[in-house]
Amino acid sequence: MAYPYRHDRETRVLSAHFGDPAARTLAGWRERGGYEALRSALAMGPLDVVEVVKKSGLRGRGGAGFPTGLKWSFMPKDDARQPHYLLINADESEPGAFKDRELCRWTPHQLIEGALIGAYAMRARHVYIYIRGEFFEPAQIIGRAIEDAYEAKIAGADVLGSGVAIDVTLHLGAGAYICGEETGLMNSLEGRRGQPRIKPPFPAAVGAFGRPTTINNVETLCAVPHIIRNGADWYRSFGTEKSPGTKLFNMSGHLVRRGNYELPLGFNLLELINDVCGGIRDGRSLKAVIPGGSSVPILAAEECDIALDYESVAAAGSMLGTASVIVMDDRTDIVKQVRRIVEFYAHESCGQCTPCREGTEWMAKILRRIERGNGSEADLDILLELGRNMTGTTICVLSDSAAAPVASSIHKFRDEYIARMRAPAGVPFPIGALTG
Amino acid sequence: MSNPDAAKMAGAAPPMDTVSCTINGVQVTVPKGTRLIEAAEQVGIGIPYYCYHPGLSAPAMCRMCLVEVAGAPKLAPACVTEVADGQVVLTESDKAVEARRGTLEFYLVNHPLDCPVCDKSGECKLQDYVHAEGRPRGRSLEAKRVFGQDDFGGDILYDGDRCIMCTRCVRFMREVAQDDRLCVVQRGHRSVIDTFYDHGVEGSPWAGNIVDICPVGALLSKDFLHKARVWDLDGTPSVCPNCSQGCNVRIDTRDNLIQRLRPRANPDVNSYWMCDYGRYRYDWIHRGDTRVAGAPFDVTAAGDIEAPQLRGANGSHEEVAWQAAVLALVERLEAARGHASVTVVGSALHGNEDNGLLMHLAAQLGSVKAVYRSQRAADEVVCPGFPRLARRRDLTPNPQGLEALGFERAGDDEGRGGLAAGNGVLLVLGDALADAPADFGREAALFVVFGRADTAAARNAHFILPVSTFAEAEGTFTNHEGRVQRYWPALEQPARVRPAWQVLGVLLAGLNDEAAPADAASAFLRIAELFDPFAGLSYATIGTRGALLNEPVRLGAGGS
Repeated sequence: MAYPYRHDRETRVLSAHFGDPAARTLAGWRERGGYEALRSALAMGPLDVVEVVKKSGLRGRGGAGFPTGLKWSFMPKDDARQPHYLLINADESEPGAFKDRELCRWTPHQLIEGALIGAYAMRARHVYIYIRGEFFEPAQIIGRAIEDAYEAKIAGADVLGSGVAIDVTLHLGAGAYICGEETGLMNSLEGRRGQPRIKPPFPAAVGAFGRPTTINNVETLCAVPHIIRNGADWYRSFGTEKSPGTKLFNMSGHLVRRGNYELPLGFNLLELINDVCGGIRDGRSLKAVIPGGSSVPILAAEECDIALDYESVAAAGSMLGTASVIVMDDRTDIVKQVRRIVEFYAHESCGQCTPCREGTEWMAKILRRIERGNGSEADLDILLELGRNMTGTTICVLSDSAAAPVASSIHKFRDEYIARMRAPAGVPFPIGALTG
Repeated sequence: MSNPDAAKMAGAAPPMDTVSCTINGVQVTVPKGTRLIEAAEQVGIGIPYYCYHPGLSAPAMCRMCLVEVAGAPKLAPACVTEVADGQVVLTESDKAVEARRGTLEFYLVNHPLDCPVCDKSGECKLQDYVHAEGRPRGRSLEAKRVFGQDDFGGDILYDGDRCIMCTRCVRFMREVAQDDRLCVVQRGHRSVIDTFYDHGVEGSPWAGNIVDICPVGALLSKDFLHKARVWDLDGTPSVCPNCSQGCNVRIDTRDNLIQRLRPRANPDVNSYWMCDYGRYRYDWIHRGDTRVAGAPFDVTAAGDIEAPQLRGANGSHEEVAWQAAVLALVERLEAARGHASVTVVGSALHGNEDNGLLMHLAAQLGSVKAVYRSQRAADEVVCPGFPRLARRRDLTPNPQGLEALGFERAGDDEGRGGLAAGNGVLLVLGDALADAPADFGREAALFVVFGRADTAAARNAHFILPVSTFAEAEGTFTNHEGRVQRYWPALEQPARVRPAWQVLGVLLAGLNDEAAPADAASAFLRIAELFDPFAGLSYATIGTRGALLNEPVRLGAGGS
């Protein structure tokens, strides 16, 4: 059973068992070599595990790309401030992203194994899996897997007979984008409003329930068992020097074959679109790509001949983010798409910081007005300035995320905005939205 | 300002627990852990803020206090950023000013420009900052968000449209009142302050404070609603007269009428807060003819007698000049001197100066029995987040002062009964004698009332001398823990009314050939000489934070 598409150019490590229901069960997972990496890790010292992950060059897959081993090393090395916590961010709320959902659905034990290794490495006694509330099926599957892991004494008071105690708890979110932000997630987990916290203090010092905490993305932890099993050098054989390893690319939009594709980092974006995904649908041409989820700057078609690793995408003026690639063909109405993205952020702003609370909605209102044909070029200047005032001025980066697509689309697709403000050819006056 | 380089050169290391930074080029040394916003304030550099409040936690969400810290990639919120050694902070750099300008514009996208009908206008932080640094014109063409008003119950009205979501009110109720009745509901631009269904804040003893700390006109006092423009108010520092806690207040008056009481900050007494019991009981302080009918409190501080009165042979009183009254009274006091039993009724609504000199006068005449009457509540109402603050059992401001001066409490918890006029000298200060029988004091050899209440018992006095209330004069109260605190004249008194300490001082001068105090400060110094608990105190040592009875002199403790 192909899930839902496979391609020969893929390197399936994390996604090797996608589409294979047998891999979901504990027995099936063990048959496929599951929990051997955990056993190996438990035979090592916690700091040695951190060292291997550091050497592998694994970077956080939640969007920021922060080196995972380094993040783990920030946790206290002693037990003075126990309990430590490992939180798993399975909130996957970024529009365009659908990799963690699939990892949870098909390989729940891969996640639990990675989580237990991480918890062991950081002396965390408790793992919380914070899963998006709308993920009913993945949550059920993870919940079952946790029960099975407890029953098999993989999780709980005595992990695989090592004497190490690690509890695993599944927690369902209540439907807020911002709870995917790590400190917002902590607040939500604690039963507070899902609002990001001020840093410092950083989570490794004061995190969930006031204790040292590390938050990792699902995909990050899913890579850990493979690194432990095969070694850091093996992992580094994929990808680039600074962005090693494989990555799940969430391909959506006007593609012939949308879906998750696991590829080494540094894969060419145009090849990914045209070869792996079969090109643009209906024989149309490419107009624009959002390479890392809705919060990153838009790339115009001519900017898309780039390698998909953290550095190259940044050099092209965008971000790899969660590698959630949204592909738009030549019929796409950029103004409408940007308006929809901004409306999303306006809806999801937690409302703490003024530039975000007021700015996102103000932007959405201006964009709606432009879309209706009542905008002017002065509005574009205001939008750009609002974007600047919303960038770097808030506790978290949600408002930066709303500003990025606006600014990049105005710079790259200014014509489309202007077209909304002018009369179409042959019409003596602007008719705004009365086109088509 | 200390200079660490100079200190290093001199070989003196700064103490371990302080840090130094420069803010706009000004060197400042503060204890470790001090936040930038407070360090800046110490050297007179104001950083704008809304959500920060010195009495509450800082969520750093209003984004007004962002300042540039050299070397940091982003602007830092001064309300949570701790001063670090060698830090170079710029509050007026282009980057910081531009960020504030941008943030102020965001506030005005939805804040209504209804300043002409807003009670906060004139003391509104949004107004202030926009006038100082905002854009001259708004650029938003979009319709503003409308929430409308919400009655939070009690005295509080919420105007959601004006709310800038600083959450001070939410944090006050959570952290200080510890009565979590307010919260933010919804999120993003739809965020609004609300209560659980219609529970509201009614019944909370502390809710009035949220109106004070609201930086804009989102939380309104129904009591003050549309009563006065704040720039027409005259504010006078005073002490709340409604219990013995002695909360520092500001009496705001207009046209010689009190419009509202608001707390003044005093970390030793009331922090930034006061209780609603004290806050809303101000009408009784007014002169009788300006008092609102049905005022909640029945203590008479000021009555209708506004000129000295002398009782004639036929029992009726005639108005006389002060000079005539004082000359006649000194003659009578001289006659009674030495062989009279003296009954003194003091007043816990009057200051230490008034009561002290009254006591001293009585002591000149013979053996003294001094009492006072005062209302008392069944229990205290403690502020959970600042337990030093409570609505105390004693519902008058100065019972502790009277005890220190040698008065004894008499009567019941309603402030009634417990009086015996006797047949000697009877001196009554500030007590209306409203509950006394109509023939009260008829047997007294000499009966003097220092007060303004026109009651049947007071009408038996040989002399009725109208004296100023605490709100009309300068003086001091001693609070429940023995802290002596000053008040200043907030109301103009009727033309022929005089402060009691002045009248008593002149009478003492007439009796003893001693100099009458020329001002309240001198009157207080006299008290400090005469009464041991007050020894060593003066208005200078009391300062703005008060001083404890018999405490060693603490020069400069109050700051300025």
